[in-house]
Amino acid sequence: MPRITRRESIAMVGLSSLAGDLAHGEDRPAKGKTSRELIRDRYFPNVSLLTHEGKEVRFYDDLIKDKIVVINFMYAECEGICPGITANLVKVQKALGDRIGRDIFMYSITLKPDRDSPGALKEYAEMHGAKPGWTFLTGKPGDIELLRRRLGFVDSDPEVDKDKSQHIGNVRYGNEALQQWGACPGQANPTWIVKLISGVDWPKGMRS
Amino acid sequence: MPKASKKRLKEIENAAKNRREIIEANLSRRDMMKMGLLTGAGMLVPKRGLSARWRDPQGVVPLDNPVSPPTRPFIEPLPIMPIKQPVASLTPAPTVNPNTAAGEGRTRPHQAFTQLPPRKLYEVHQTPAQFSFSPDLPLQTIWGFDGQFPGPTYIARYGEPILIRNFNGLTTNNGGFGKPSVSTHLHNGHTPSESDGFPCDFFEIAQFYDQHYPNKQAGFNSTHPPNGDVNESLSTLWYHDHRVDFTAQNVYKGLTGFYLLFNQFDTGDETTGFHLPSGEFDVPLMFNDKVFDSSGQLFFDLFNTDGILGDKFMVNGKIQPFFQVHPRRYRFRCLDAGPSRFWELFLTDLNNLNAHNMFWEIANDGNLLPRPVQIESFRLGVAERKDVIIDFTPFAGKSIYFENRLLQTSGRGPTSTILAPGQGNLTMRFDVALPPVADHSVDPATMPQFYALPNKTAAPRVTRTFRFERTNGQWAINGKFVDCDAPRFTVQRNSVEKWVLQNNSGGWQHPVHIHFEEHQILKRNGVAPAVGSEENSRKDVVRLQFNEQIELFFRFRDFLGRHPMHCHNVVHEDHAMMLRWDIDIVGDNKTTP
Repeated sequence: MPRITRRESIAMVGLSSLAGDLAHGEDRPAKGKTSRELIRDRYFPNVSLLTHEGKEVRFYDDLIKDKIVVINFMYAECEGICPGITANLVKVQKALGDRIGRDIFMYSITLKPDRDSPGALKEYAEMHGAKPGWTFLTGKPGDIELLRRRLGFVDSDPEVDKDKSQHIGNVRYGNEALQQWGACPGQANPTWIVKLISGVDWPKGMRS
Repeated sequence: MPKASKKRLKEIENAAKNRREIIEANLSRRDMMKMGLLTGAGMLVPKRGLSARWRDPQGVVPLDNPVSPPTRPFIEPLPIMPIKQPVASLTPAPTVNPNTAAGEGRTRPHQAFTQLPPRKLYEVHQTPAQFSFSPDLPLQTIWGFDGQFPGPTYIARYGEPILIRNFNGLTTNNGGFGKPSVSTHLHNGHTPSESDGFPCDFFEIAQFYDQHYPNKQAGFNSTHPPNGDVNESLSTLWYHDHRVDFTAQNVYKGLTGFYLLFNQFDTGDETTGFHLPSGEFDVPLMFNDKVFDSSGQLFFDLFNTDGILGDKFMVNGKIQPFFQVHPRRYRFRCLDAGPSRFWELFLTDLNNLNAHNMFWEIANDGNLLPRPVQIESFRLGVAERKDVIIDFTPFAGKSIYFENRLLQTSGRGPTSTILAPGQGNLTMRFDVALPPVADHSVDPATMPQFYALPNKTAAPRVTRTFRFERTNGQWAINGKFVDCDAPRFTVQRNSVEKWVLQNNSGGWQHPVHIHFEEHQILKRNGVAPAVGSEENSRKDVVRLQFNEQIELFFRFRDFLGRHPMHCHNVVHEDHAMMLRWDIDIVGDNKTTP
């Protein structure tokens, strides 16, 4: 299990103090790490999450490592951009067929972990026709907030950031092992999103 | 360097950063006390760093860039990129149709190959290479054309078509960022679509792509046969990777260089034509800002969507180089190669900070102005170029700096603050230490005439409006996102159009680039550029600043095919602030595509 940084541990217990070094906002990993480990340390905290099936998972170890992933944030009661993005992602899942759940995995993380229990997310997934291989995730509010910030689903204007109706509608996609990471709007044409995801597929001869 | 001084340097660096961020965040003393930044006695609380985004209600610290390790300034000379040399032949020989069987990644036939067969052939390889940004940073892997950053400089001439066979020699192991799948754009070339480096014309490892550059002025096949309109001559172009969604990573990693185009007036010989400084006195300068992690490795923030700022300022790949010059006139071709920063460059004499050191702008975006314009500074958005002439005669025996005095603290755009002389980023130092030499170049003060501006009074066939905006953290144009497969609108070949670019926000700025044809600015916020101003020019990037509306005049000529318009803050570009438009025999009339 990766070392939990001081910042992470503080975020996990929900402290709001910002004293001294913490305001630096910087992960400075020890020297000698591979670029892949540096990416893991900076962007993928290994927090515990609950899936919409009620299973406990670790974010990096179970969901990200060695996989091609597609990540977005949503919440069940969102009536703004979420339904459109989810509908788009249903089409993406359909287009990628049995790759989803085999080596490409889709994750939708709730922005309202207080309200979105695994049950509520399961209902949401079924209502929208999400199939296996696409996991909806909730967790401790502090952990979810840490993930949201680490994964870059933050608006740099704090006022905008506070307003959940203006939440970031991007979809992050990447191949963890190849260290190829991109992002596109969740409201983009689903056929186009599929093309972008396919762009970080394994090269010929590499495992899938 | 001793450890103590390293620590001290960092403290100074951070103090300056804190100060700027406090200014930028517009915090009152009361706010600062509340945030614990100010002691009761009014002193700044010492901190290792402070972000303007710091006021977070959840108390979760946002991710900042690392602070680069200290590097000693002005200890290495300015690198001069080698001139790319042609090859006698290519095997297999270039073909009109894509040579897929031999491993070519091109998908469409050359449009002008038969009419304008290449007279020079080149072969370039994009490869990983070991590189030093500074002797105080470790050797590290970059990606470069021929393994160089910046890549070799092409010297091309109007009337001499060339073909470059461009090989993808990159590797799957990217060291943390970069996509080994590439499409090389010749920025500002009047280039047929299939050779232009369209973002989705990428090719993969071990493939190659033949790019045919006709080197013909616009109008050669339409309004001004057979050679084109000399007043549409281009001079300072650059090439860079344009791979869709990964342009920022790939260019930041080093895939970029210069392409200079000469003709019978801008000859490359200062004793002929316009008599512009030439040879060793004609120097391309690529400005970048980058950031390095604690172990000195180039750092790219993968999940940033606002724009990436560096804290190390470099020219031609070296952090804060010096350049020894003779006391005479030089032409500098200054390029902001990104990723996101806007620059305002001044000439600063540290021993005489109050001096106004004037020089001459002769070209905007690589296009010679009607006449030189005297300036004290110039602004560059990403991808903009300014050719300037500096006469070092008055500085003989002294040193003078190119200093960026524009304060920018967020990737979204610059502030309106111009820092005091000496308080900005000293980016390169000119040491006027070499002996006097002959100078056959023209004195810009005599107001030589270059190219006249092509007429822009023709009535547009259609006027189209484009809103550059942000919706739910997604960068958009007219509310829509990039899709290479779906052209938003079709321009009719050999027609005139007016494009209106809008930015309804005071929160960010966008250097907008339109491929293939240059434009002239008709109006910025309702006002036409003054005759004799630098914006009274031909351009290919326009800075769409806070709450601005800009009207552009275009004449699309000669070739057919697909092209993009996009924000050249490459982070915005990679997050969908781009659209595809096509040129065809028949155009459409979509006004807000």
